[in-house]
Order: sequence, then structure tokens, then C-alpha cells
Amino acid sequence: MPLLDEHGRAVADAWVRVADDAPLPEGPAILTAARLRAEDLSGRNAPLGIALDPATAPEAVADLLPRLSLVTIALPKAKDGRAFTQARALREHAGFRGEIRATGHVLPDQWRMLRRCGVTTVEVPEGADLAQWRRSFDVVDIAFQPAQDSGSALGLRRQRLRVA
Amino acid sequence: MNALVEPLAPPAPAYPPHARTYRYDEVDREFLQERIAEFSGQIERRLRGELTEDEFKPLRLMNGLYLQLHAYMYRIAIPYGILNATQLRQLAMIARRWDRGFGHFTTRQNIQFNWTKLEDVPAIMRALAAVDMHGIQTSGNCIRNTTTDEYAGAAPDEAADPRVYAEIIRQWSTLHPEFTWLPRKFKIAITGAPHDRVALQAHDVGVVVRKNAAGETGFEVWAGGGLGRTPVLATKLRDWVPEEDFLAYLEAVLRVYNALGNRDNIYKARIKILVRDLGPDFLARVEAEFARMPRQRYRLDPEIVAQIAAHFAPPPFPRLADDPPAYRDALARDAAFAAWARQSVRPHRQPGHASVTISLKPIGGIPGDCSAEQMEAVAALAERHAFGEIRVTHVQNLVLPHVRQDELFAVWEGLRAVGLATPNIGLVSDIIACPGMDYCALATARSIPVAQMISERFADLDRQLDIGECFINISGCINACGHHHIGHIGILGVDKRGAESYQITLGGSATNDAAIGELVGPGFPYDQVTDAVETILRTYVARRAAGERFVDTYRRIGPAPFKEALYAAAG
Repeated sequence: MPLLDEHGRAVADAWVRVADDAPLPEGPAILTAARLRAEDLSGRNAPLGIALDPATAPEAVADLLPRLSLVTIALPKAKDGRAFTQARALREHAGFRGEIRATGHVLPDQWRMLRRCGVTTVEVPEGADLAQWRRSFDVVDIAFQPAQDSGSALGLRRQRLRVA
Repeated sequence: MNALVEPLAPPAPAYPPHARTYRYDEVDREFLQERIAEFSGQIERRLRGELTEDEFKPLRLMNGLYLQLHAYMYRIAIPYGILNATQLRQLAMIARRWDRGFGHFTTRQNIQFNWTKLEDVPAIMRALAAVDMHGIQTSGNCIRNTTTDEYAGAAPDEAADPRVYAEIIRQWSTLHPEFTWLPRKFKIAITGAPHDRVALQAHDVGVVVRKNAAGETGFEVWAGGGLGRTPVLATKLRDWVPEEDFLAYLEAVLRVYNALGNRDNIYKARIKILVRDLGPDFLARVEAEFARMPRQRYRLDPEIVAQIAAHFAPPPFPRLADDPPAYRDALARDAAFAAWARQSVRPHRQPGHASVTISLKPIGGIPGDCSAEQMEAVAALAERHAFGEIRVTHVQNLVLPHVRQDELFAVWEGLRAVGLATPNIGLVSDIIACPGMDYCALATARSIPVAQMISERFADLDRQLDIGECFINISGCINACGHHHIGHIGILGVDKRGAESYQITLGGSATNDAAIGELVGPGFPYDQVTDAVETILRTYVARRAAGERFVDTYRRIGPAPFKEALYAAAG
């Protein structure tokens, strides 16, 4: 599945999702919370990630985050917007600095808002028109409220968004 | 085929100089153009098949476009119900050019056009943008248009100006990155007066702007009200949120809702269900979120409040005295004017002035409908007599907020000339009704014709005055867009084995004594609803004590006498 980075570029995906009963691969691996807690991974050098389901609050995995380089969040349906709050909480409350990846049924029209909530990358459907994803990001570049992409207090100072 | 040339957007609309609408600058206008480009692109992607109807639907809804029974319905935002004359004239132009010559004002203080063609939408959007208007967030599972007191800035009892904070909410909630894909729609009402004219407790969030003894501004915050299938009155969360934390506290409420609101069942997805189910834990979660969020980031800067407040500074009122001879003489001379003034003219904080409520409920008419000619007439009257400003009320009427008392007679004559001087504000024919089965794809029964029948039955003004204040609210389905639960008399049309049946609730209220009406008994068929209302009102007149309104009598004597009068003969 193509992956877009925060600049709207298609990038290679080095991460592998690993089922609980599957052997660990050598490279970056996305595991469940249960496995991250159960298994001794202290000797491992390759990066670890977690797949957060929409019903799990980021606080529930706060203890794991310092060891993780990636958190995936999911939109089971495009209109299920829990991931927006999860992403914001990961950045704002948990102070997570790694990659946050949006997965599932994401529309190009949602990407700008996901980015503003702190999401870094998005999985797009196979064969998606990547130019459309860029256009959808750029078409509205004025924002009225503070978010994760604005470093300081803005409170209603309108700002222009730019693809970094 | 349309030979007309689309009107060119002027660089800046020539607004009435003193109308207190929020004035767009070039950034606001650029934003609207971007949004038009975005939605036009989405329409093209839908037409090319790149978006499924399921994917397109929330995008079009968030731009105000519904698919109804006969056509698309386009709902246009009137932020907190305030328009200037230039904008109202443009709405008249849109009604005439792209609809059937009229528009329909809603309980959300918006306007909707019921006969919109999809291919006309981009042109309508540009015509709206030419006067700084749009349909953004008038539908969909996002934060909708904030409603406020139609007498804001004019009412003598106002403690603080709600328009300033309604505009702040508007900006904050516009394309909010986190709260645009909520479990369900989200409606905020805000008032600055102790007398609730906004149905505060029927909203997802209700806000009362207050001043403390030190003169500081703060907010009383309520949450979890809503009508629909499960009517619930809101719960008070806080007596006081300091001004600088206003947006932070709203964020905290929305965060809890977005994370935990039900997403499996559309009928359990409103915040009212979450507030009810979590009980005190809802408030605890909001407070915990509020306590830990980096409040500096969300701090409402007093400088910004002051900048926005400047848009709503009082117009340049002349210094006048109350009850000028011209007004007194006209009242004494003309009984029809006096009858209208008694219902439509309200006190104003500025001596020598008044607020005028314009009834959009002519006897036998469609509640909330307004023709293009009427819109233009109101715009002209507003310019001549009311600083160019017009308000839309949540009971589907209009208001001229600031009129000189010595010009009230001229205003009345102007209104009468276009059929807008019905003297029935607050009376039984001032009915709220949803569009019902005549327009709406969700409706299970007709609503407008029921309102028309009741209005005609009680057409006699003396009889209406004798009955006194009584609010009849009619919904054509369980979604309760006609606010039937909070009408003194609520009428809900449902489908009962293929026939329309109308259930009647009594004792509801939308103001400080907010209450959900109680079901009086089995429903009535379409052709017997008016008789049932008549029976209810006859019972009230027979049983009332001196000075009692309908709802007072109902509360004193309870439902039994009404049930007996309605059902005894049948039983």
C-alpha cells in the first residue's frame, strides 16, 4: 500500500505488521500492546511500533510509548473520526515524537486535518491518484484555530498552512 | 439554458455602514474562495466516480447540501442569525434566480432553498461568497452554526454581548481539524441574558455569558441537551469558565465526546446519550481533560476578543426619549397598528428605540417562508430604519433589532405592504414547523399543512389574544426538527400502518423553565389534529385562573382534564 509522508511524497514502507503468534522480523515491526508488554524486547535494535485501535485511548499505552518509533491509528470508516483525537492526544498529552501513521478508510479530503492533529504519514489505497492527495492538502491553506502544527499560542489568529 | 450573466463578485460588498455583522477581511474572503474550490473539486470527483456516494455524502453535507424528496436542499449559514441588508438582498436574488422565488428560514437561524439543482451549486456558492456568505457546516457531523439571542445588543436584560463569543466559536469551529468527523451533529447556543431566548437546554452545548462582580467575563456551560428520538435537557457543567479558557473548555467537552460518543447507532450518537450514560463521570472526564491540556495554546487572547467585539459595537444611536408623541399618537389613532405593536414591538436598552419582530407566520402560510419580494422589502426597511441589520429567530421569524420608536408606524406600513405585519408573535398561530413530508426525505408525516390548518382555525385575532401566549411546535418525524418536545403544545407526526398519526405532548418549554412535554394519549389522524388542539385550548380557557398562560394552567392542573376532554367521548 502506498505511503505518503508529510511532504506529500510517496515513500517506501519499511514497517511490517506482525501477528501475535508470528516470529519477529529483523526490521521495523508493528506489534500489539499485549505482545509489547509480554515479550522481552530489550535486546532488540530494530524500531518498534504499535497499532492503536480506535477504541483505545493513548493513555492506555502511555507506558509503552517511550520505546516506540511508530503508532498507527485507524479510520475503520472515513466518517469515524476518533483517530483525530487519538493523534492529537499522542502529541499533546503523551509527548510522542515518533511517526503517527493514519490507516484505514482515509479520504484525501481528511489528510490536511489529520496532519494538523499531528499525523505524519498516511497509507493510501493501491492505485490512488497521488496528485489528488496533494491537491486536497493544498486547496484550503487558511486555518482559524490552534492545532499541533502551530507551535505557539494562536487562539484565533488565522494562519496559513504550508506543506513543510 | 440560462441567458443571464452571473453577477461579478465585487471586491468588497457595499454594506450598510452601521450594520453590526462580522466584517470579512481579505483572509476571510480568500478562505471562502478556497473552500469553494475544494467543494467544486469534490463534486467533480463524485461525477467522475472517484468518490463513492457514501464518501461524497459527508463532504456535501458539510457544505450544506442535502438530497431531499424532490431536489437538493441547500442550507445557507446565517452566523448566529445576523444578516445585513446587502446579504438579505442577495438571498432574494438567489431565491429568484435559482429557486422558486422564496426561501425558508429555519430554527437554526439559517435559510434553506428547497429547489436547488446540483449543477447550480457552484454558481450559488460564488453568489453567496460575493456577500461573505456560505453553506459551510450547516449540516454533517460537525459543529454547526451557533445560535444566539435575536435581541442581542438590544435587549435591556443583557449582561454581556453573546455575538462576540458566537463569532469566536464560529471561527474556532470552522474546519476544526479534530472535530469535523464527530459521532453526530453538534449544536451550540449562546446567550448573554438571564432570560433564555435560545432554548439553551435543548442544545449539545449551551453557554451563558456572564459578568462577575469584578466586571470580568466568564461562561456558564451546559452540555448534553437535545431533542430527536430521545429528548434530554442539558446538564450544567460549570458555573464559571474564565474568558481566557473559553475555547480550552469547549475543546475539552468535544474531545471527550469525539473519543467516547457512540458510533454504531445513529440514534445514540448525540452527546446527550453520552452525558446521560456516563452521569457524573462525563463532567469528571471533561475536567480531567481541561486540567491537563496545555491551556496556553488554547488561550483566548483578550486582544482578539477586543478586535472581534469592535465589530459589534453599538450603532450610532441618536439620543431620544421613550414614548415619543408620534408613536403615542399612532397607537391611539390606528387600532391595527396598536394590535401589531402589542405583539411585535419589544423594549430596547437605548431610550427611544425598540426591537421589532416580523412574523413569517401569516394565517394559513408556511412557517418561516419568505418570498424574494419580502426579503427585499425587509432589507429596504432595515436600511431605512434599523441601521441595515436583520436577525433571524429560532422560531422562524425575523427581527429588526434597532428601530426608532417614532419610525415604528412607517416600519409597520412597509411590512403591511408586503404581507409581513401579521400581529401574532407569541400567539397560537406563531407556529414552528419543520418542512415535513412536503419536502423532507426523512419525514413520516406532513407538518406544514397541519400548521396551516391550525393557523386558519385560530385566525381570529381576538381569539388568539384571549388564548394568550402559547407555542405550538410541529415535527413531521421523530427527529424533532420542529422542536415539538419543547412546545407548550407539541405535535409529532408519525406513520402508523400507512396513515399519518399525530401525537400530542403538553407542557413543554424552551426557556428558563425548560421542560420536555408529556404525551397526552393516543395519536390523532390528520383530519382530527386541529379539533384536538381546539379541545385542548378550550379546556385551558375553561380552567385557567386569572393571568395564567396555557402552560401555567397545564402545570397547575396536570394532564387529566385534557385527557378527559380529548378522549372521554371516544372512550
